[in-house]
Order: sequence, then structure tokens, then C-alpha cells
Amino acid sequence: MAVSMPTKIVTARLEHPDSHTLARYLATGGYEGLRKALTMTPAQVAAEVDAASLLGRGGAGFPAGRKWSMLKKDPVTYLVVNGDESEPATFKDHLLLERDPHQILEGVIISAYALQVTQAFIYIRGEFALGLERMEEAVNDAYREGALGKDIFSSGFSLDVVVHPGAGAYICGEETALLESLEGKRGFPRIKPPYFPAVIGLYGQPTVVNNVETMANIPWIVRNGGAAFAAMGEGRSTGTRLFALSGHVNRPGPYEIEMVKTTFRDLIYAPELGGGVREGRDLKAFIPGGVSSPWFGPDQVDLPLGQDEVAQAGSMLGSGSVVVMDSTTCVVRASWRITKFFFRESCGQCTPCREGSGWLERILYRIEHGGGREQDLDLLLDVCDNISPGVQWPPQQTTICVLGPSIPPSIAAGLKLFRDEFLVHIKEGGCPFD
Amino acid sequence: MSHFNAAMSARARQVIALYPEPRSALLPLCHLAQEQDGWLRPEAMDEIAALLGVTAAEVRGTATFYDMLHTEPVGKYVVAVCTNIACVLSGGAEMLEHAEERLGVRVGSTTEDGLFTLEESECLADCDFPPCVQVNHRFVRTTTPEQFDRLVDELAAGGHAEEIPPHGTLVRVRRSGGLRVDRADIARERAGAEERWG
Repeated sequence: MAVSMPTKIVTARLEHPDSHTLARYLATGGYEGLRKALTMTPAQVAAEVDAASLLGRGGAGFPAGRKWSMLKKDPVTYLVVNGDESEPATFKDHLLLERDPHQILEGVIISAYALQVTQAFIYIRGEFALGLERMEEAVNDAYREGALGKDIFSSGFSLDVVVHPGAGAYICGEETALLESLEGKRGFPRIKPPYFPAVIGLYGQPTVVNNVETMANIPWIVRNGGAAFAAMGEGRSTGTRLFALSGHVNRPGPYEIEMVKTTFRDLIYAPELGGGVREGRDLKAFIPGGVSSPWFGPDQVDLPLGQDEVAQAGSMLGSGSVVVMDSTTCVVRASWRITKFFFRESCGQCTPCREGSGWLERILYRIEHGGGREQDLDLLLDVCDNISPGVQWPPQQTTICVLGPSIPPSIAAGLKLFRDEFLVHIKEGGCPFD
Repeated sequence: MSHFNAAMSARARQVIALYPEPRSALLPLCHLAQEQDGWLRPEAMDEIAALLGVTAAEVRGTATFYDMLHTEPVGKYVVAVCTNIACVLSGGAEMLEHAEERLGVRVGSTTEDGLFTLEESECLADCDFPPCVQVNHRFVRTTTPEQFDRLVDELAAGGHAEEIPPHGTLVRVRRSGGLRVDRADIARERAGAEERWG
């Protein structure tokens, strides 16, 4: 199987072991995008990003250019970068933070210029100790280099960047929870409306929140032009994307792939990518975009890796993490473990999510461990329905944020694709895979 | 009397100066307190409250929301084993069981010598090296029981001091540049930008 490997955008530098250093960064085109941007007007820079049609790489896939255009005019505005990567099986931002922090930082500086923001924050997941250190080092280097601080490269534009450590909470990846956390509070998602921090964000001021990988694309887009970026991929899914492949594959890892031009089959089976299912086993199911996304069976493996294509098939590309489950996987155990995660990470504000996740976890646990009852299957869906009415895709919600409606997909998909396996657990009084 | 030592007090003041609002320094200061004491002592939370102009209850109420902030003592090494989806498909649960046996403690407990605390963690975003293990939030990539045992032996013998500092020390790189751009400057630049770019 031949897979066309695209021009690398965000991982181009990673072949070098010292890719995180300023010296390597400067030797490989580093900060040239910023120098070019500073010769343009902020509006021209924003227009290039708009032309690139860069979809946000955090999970929701909202066009970055449009997000920027929504920033309310105000004397004080902020740019906040979301580096709180915690969606299970997602490990792309972790890689970029540790291995190419300057690329993210250059993206931040260019974006701040385009938005005319003079204070930016990079919120990094607390568990990324090395990533935090590398980014702090990059910030120090950039100040020394004149790429950050007052009068950047003698352009008259000034910017300060603060690297902010999280302290361990999945919910802080939700952008309004992240802002609360950055304000020194519990990571409680804010009540909507307002829907967008671009109106009311950090300290009540208009704020743009962008993902780490989104920022990492910006220097390339400015250097090569938005049109060159948009020429890659297809439809609304332009450019490349860094997919995190894990689970039962021979070669788990982060792979930068051209959007839409590659299928899940390519990603899982191509020798230069996933290299096939481990020990030549059959593919049982796969999670296409983080544990919040409905699973697919092997019949969907030829779907292209594109945002709209996956959405039309009833799931989402989400955070770009693909989990492969082979024929030895116990579906009940897998959906129990995912549900346990949501139970643990629910912030506790909304009853359907806080209580429902616990009920679901306990029901799945007893099915897996031999205490299940036949009516449990309807009970599971009933509880899911109370969290996310209709248990449909795209989901409805009864909660402040989307953590709640992220709980049902792994259960509903498990039941839809493998109902018999749940029943076998119940009838046999235990897990047939043990 | 200050609970933070002189060096830590100075660092705390520098951190607070980075933010438009002092309270934003709450999590970073909790990390500094853990760096000094290994965990988040009540006296440290009192001092953080005073530094930020909030109540001690607000500091405690916020800190207890976050998994990394320990309001009770933990070992010199906090060992986290991931059992989330990607790891559970690749032996995460078995690794956790092995860690319990090797360290002789249950999840959430600390060895009698105060060296190791064992935690079951959620996804740590290193899923291409499963099952994922962190020690003091450093990825150690011990994916077999043998590798895990060797690391534990080496840590107990005082090894890896360079890569894995004692629990609480998160970021060893000190911010060296860029005090916050002056607010008046921001207003002036903005006015200039409006004129230039319209």
C-alpha cells in the first residue's frame, strides 16, 4: 500500500535530536515567518490565516481565522494557548511542546501581532514537566533574541508571553475552564452564553484561545502563504494534521498526514504508518477522534481522515487520536475504563454529568465483573439519555460544557456494535475474555 | 514569619509580577510550595493566600480541585501508572498491579520509608510507549515489569537525580527575561497601531 507522505509542516524539524533549541530553530528557518509578518499589516497576516482555512486542532475544529475575526475590539485583549492536552490517547501537543517549542512560540507571536494583542499566555498541562521547561527556555531565548518583549525586531510591536503550568485536571482543556484555571480558580467551565471567549474571556476581557498545534502551523502559513496550505487536503480540511495512533497497532506513534488524502486504513495498516494490527489480528473497532467520539467498526476503515467526512459518518475527528482495538479486546472493559475516566474528571457542577457518570461506571463495572442484569443495557441508555437527550450524534446536552455529552458515545457505540458481547457478560456471569 | 524561605519568597514575588491579576499566580505558587516542602502544607496555603490577597479557604478550595497538588504528604517519588484506554489495551492494569507488588503498597499509598507514592493516573499523553509510567511527572518509559523494577532500584539507590528531581520540583528553568510590558505602553502602542493600520 503506497501512501503519499506530504510536506511536513509541524514535524519538519523533529528529525534533528536538538530540534527544541534556538540554534536549530534559527538554522531551519526559525523566526523568518515572524520577520515576514512584521513587514505586513496585522490584517494582511490574519487574511493569510483565513485563506489557509486552518481548522482549530484542539478538538472542535473551529476555523482559526473566523475565531480571530470574532475578537471584540477592546483596549485590552488577550491570546491564550491551550496546551492542556488531556483527551485520552491524544499525544500530539505533548510532542510539539517538548520537541519544537519555538515553533509554537513563533506562532503565538505572529498571532498576537495579527490580533494586536500584547499579552499572551501559554497554558501547559502540569504533567508535562519537560514540555514546561522547554517552553520556558524557549521564551527566555526569544526575549534574548529580540523576538519577544518590547519592540520586537525593531518593529514597534511589543508582546509578553507567560508560560503557565496547570496542575492536573482534564476539564481545564475546555476553554472557559482553562480561563478560570488561569485566573487561579477551580477549573469550572463557564455558563454560556457568551459562547465565545472572544467576547468575554480572561479577566472578563475579549480573548482568543487557540490550541498548540494550531499555533504550530502559523509560521509555515505566513512563510508559504495561506493558499499553499489550503492547496493541501481537500474541502474544508486543509493542510496536514498530526494524528496520534495508539492501541493494538505495530507502530503506535504521532503521524503528520495530509488531511482527507489518507484513510483510516492507510493510517492503521501502511508500513510507514501504523504497520498493521498487532500480531496480524483482526480489527474489531477503532476510536476515530478521542474517547469523546463514537467508535467505528471495521466497515468504516476506508473513511478519509477529514473533518466533514468523519462527521457525516456519525462521529468526529476530534482531537486527532485514533485508538485501534483488535479481536482480543473486551468492549465492556474498554467502555467501562473510558467511563471511569469521565467520572473521575467530571468537575461536579452539573448533576447529569457528576451523578450520571458514576452510575454508568458502576453499571459497566458490575457487567464486566459478573453482576450484570439484562435490564442494565436499557438502564445504561436511559442514564445516557439524561446526560445527552436522544443519545444521538451530534449530541444534545443538559450540562454547562461538553464533558457530559462526551460520556455516552463509547457506551452507545459499544452497545450498538457489540450488544451480544454485553449480553454474554450478563448471561455467563463474567468477562469471556478473562 | 514567612513559611517560604527567602529564595522562594523572591521567586513567588517574581511570579506574581508576571500576571495582570495576582490571583492568576495561585497554581504556580502552589507548585513552588510543593517544590520547597514536597507537598502543599497548610502554612504554605496560608502564605499564598496572604501573598495573593485571597482567603486561605480559597487557596485550599482551589488546590484540592487539582490532582497534582497534594494537601497531605507524599513520597520523594510519586509514581504514576496510566490505565486509561490506550494503556489498558497494552498492559496498563497489569503494570499497576506489578507496581503495587514491587513497592508493597496499594494505589494512593506511600512506602514506609517515605520514598515512593503510587498513583493510578489518567492518560498522560505518551500513548506510543504503553503502558505509560511517570515519576514526578517525568516520562520514564519503563514499559516492562523488569524495566520498572530496575528504575525503582536505581531511584532507591539515589540514581537519576539529574532527570528526576524530588517530588514538587516541576519547572527548573527560571524565567530570565521580559518583565511585563508596561500598561501605559500598551495603550500607546495600541493608539499607534490604530493610526497605522486603521
